[in-house]
Amino acid sequence: MSNDNSEHVGGINSLGRPIFNWFAGLAILFSLWWLGGFYLESNPDTANFADFGPIPTFKAYPGLWSDGTIPSAMMSSGYRLACALSIAISCGIPIGILLGRSKVFKELSNSPFQLLRMVSPLSWEPIAVIVFLSWDQAIIFLLSIASVWPVAFATAAGLAKVDPAWFRVSKNLGASHWHTLTQIILPAIAFDIMTGIRAALGVAWIVLVPAEFLGVTSGLGFSIADARETLSYDHLTAMVLVIGVIGYILDSICGFIIKNYCWHRAQ
Amino acid sequence: MAALRGVNISIKDLTHRYNPKCPLTFDKVNIEAEPGESLIIIGRSGCGKSTLLHIVAGLLKTTSGTLHLNNEAVQGPSPRWVMMFQAPHLFPWMTVERNVGVGLYFAGWSKAKAKERVDEAISLVGLEEYALKNTQDLSGGQQQRVALARSLVMEPELLLLDEPFSALDAFTRTALQKDVRSIAKKMGFNLLMVTHDIDEAVLMADRALIMAGSPGKIMHDINIDIPDPRDRADPEVQRMRKDLMQSFHEASHAPMDSSSNTQMSSSG
Ligand SMILES: Nc1ncnc2c1ncn2[C@@H]1O[C@H](COP(=O)(O)OP(=O)(O)O)[C@@H](O)[C@H]1O
Ligand SMILES: [Mg+2]
Repeated sequence: MSNDNSEHVGGINSLGRPIFNWFAGLAILFSLWWLGGFYLESNPDTANFADFGPIPTFKAYPGLWSDGTIPSAMMSSGYRLACALSIAISCGIPIGILLGRSKVFKELSNSPFQLLRMVSPLSWEPIAVIVFLSWDQAIIFLLSIASVWPVAFATAAGLAKVDPAWFRVSKNLGASHWHTLTQIILPAIAFDIMTGIRAALGVAWIVLVPAEFLGVTSGLGFSIADARETLSYDHLTAMVLVIGVIGYILDSICGFIIKNYCWHRAQ
Repeated sequence: MAALRGVNISIKDLTHRYNPKCPLTFDKVNIEAEPGESLIIIGRSGCGKSTLLHIVAGLLKTTSGTLHLNNEAVQGPSPRWVMMFQAPHLFPWMTVERNVGVGLYFAGWSKAKAKERVDEAISLVGLEEYALKNTQDLSGGQQQRVALARSLVMEPELLLLDEPFSALDAFTRTALQKDVRSIAKKMGFNLLMVTHDIDEAVLMADRALIMAGSPGKIMHDINIDIPDPRDRADPEVQRMRKDLMQSFHEASHAPMDSSSNTQMSSSG
């Protein structure tokens, strides 16, 4: 909206236009998908893959839902994601606060953290499988290690922007260390933490599916791998769409929280 | 708010340096004040006024010398001597009301118990209508009023003010100068305020201390015995202003701007 003045010169009114475009964008995506499906179907060489198209895909949903495939995949993946994010948040925020408050810790940790951060989370998989007793734990570990960095770095970046005068004022008014943490530091950087959590969620969600390709027999990633092996392409695309939609919803929830519960004034 | 006692201030040979390699910030500062007195320190930028105030507030340590408030050595910050800074530094994630009450919250007061005192402090600075507002929607002057209420709610014995009005427009500044002095007199607490504005000193102080030099020293201690309410146009105020200018000039050995602009420098 920022560079677009059309709302001032008429056309679709300013409230309706973004909503209209939201649907229009989706419609374009689905049309392309439908065209792709139509091409696959009409070409004898690729007719075997016609199930990738939207119509077979949508036809697959009632079955996938009623036989429990979608609900149980969502439950398993959701559980892993929730565990991993909890770990990432409860480790990431203290690490970020340490990074922001202690010069020594920041200097000490800089190279190890940058190095670890650059390792693709999936490359830990063989090690995780050996170290952890269950595949579930291994996957949670992979997701945690992927998503802890955005939380930690966003927290530290938020702290760097905190006005030191706030500490002087609160100290002056008799704040204990606990008060300083809960009343000053955490609210001051809530916005940055939430932004970090949103990024962490994005990373974890992306790592989740390939992490579930191996070993486990549940979850969204597993159901895709399973569909591929059984050549049920309609199931495969259906699950891809489920992954996209859930990811989009989760991200939008974060965006909503950031917008509504953070004190930063919009520009 | 209950009428309160002020505090006896006794500062003896106070000396400060920021670290062993730095020169002295100020040297052998001596200040005595009776309960309820309003003291204003005037001096150029950099002579150590803010540092002195931070020490009295317990936010910085002395290098040598003693500092007693009511015969009690100052060990650290306390809600009994509250500092108000040049900028309001409000907490933007809290409403006006919550900002004002935050010191009481730190002291363990429940919301219900604090309510009456918070409301009183807010009405004392004339912001009743803004109690539930976001502080970011307030003007600079209103924000500084919130900061004042946040200090007053602690019912301090000593209010320390570090050039609290220098960022405000002239009208707001004049209004707040009057208000702070009358609140201090009404509640009976001491003011220890730093400024580089001679008018402010004449309008607000019982005694003006002129600080100058490097390291800073208190060069003059001048009684300002003018009845309230003080008005800029009052000949007595004008005369006192001239006297202060003269003393300030003597103390700083620097050419003075004799025009009506009494701002000694543009920054603190
Ligand atoms: N944190 C600090 N470390 C070292 N020197 C400082 C620090 N803060 C202030 N100073 C120096 O101490 C002197 C007095 O500063 P300050 O008390 O802020 O003066 P004023 O408030 O009168 O303008 C100045 O020369 C300033 O440069
Ligand atoms: Mg200063």
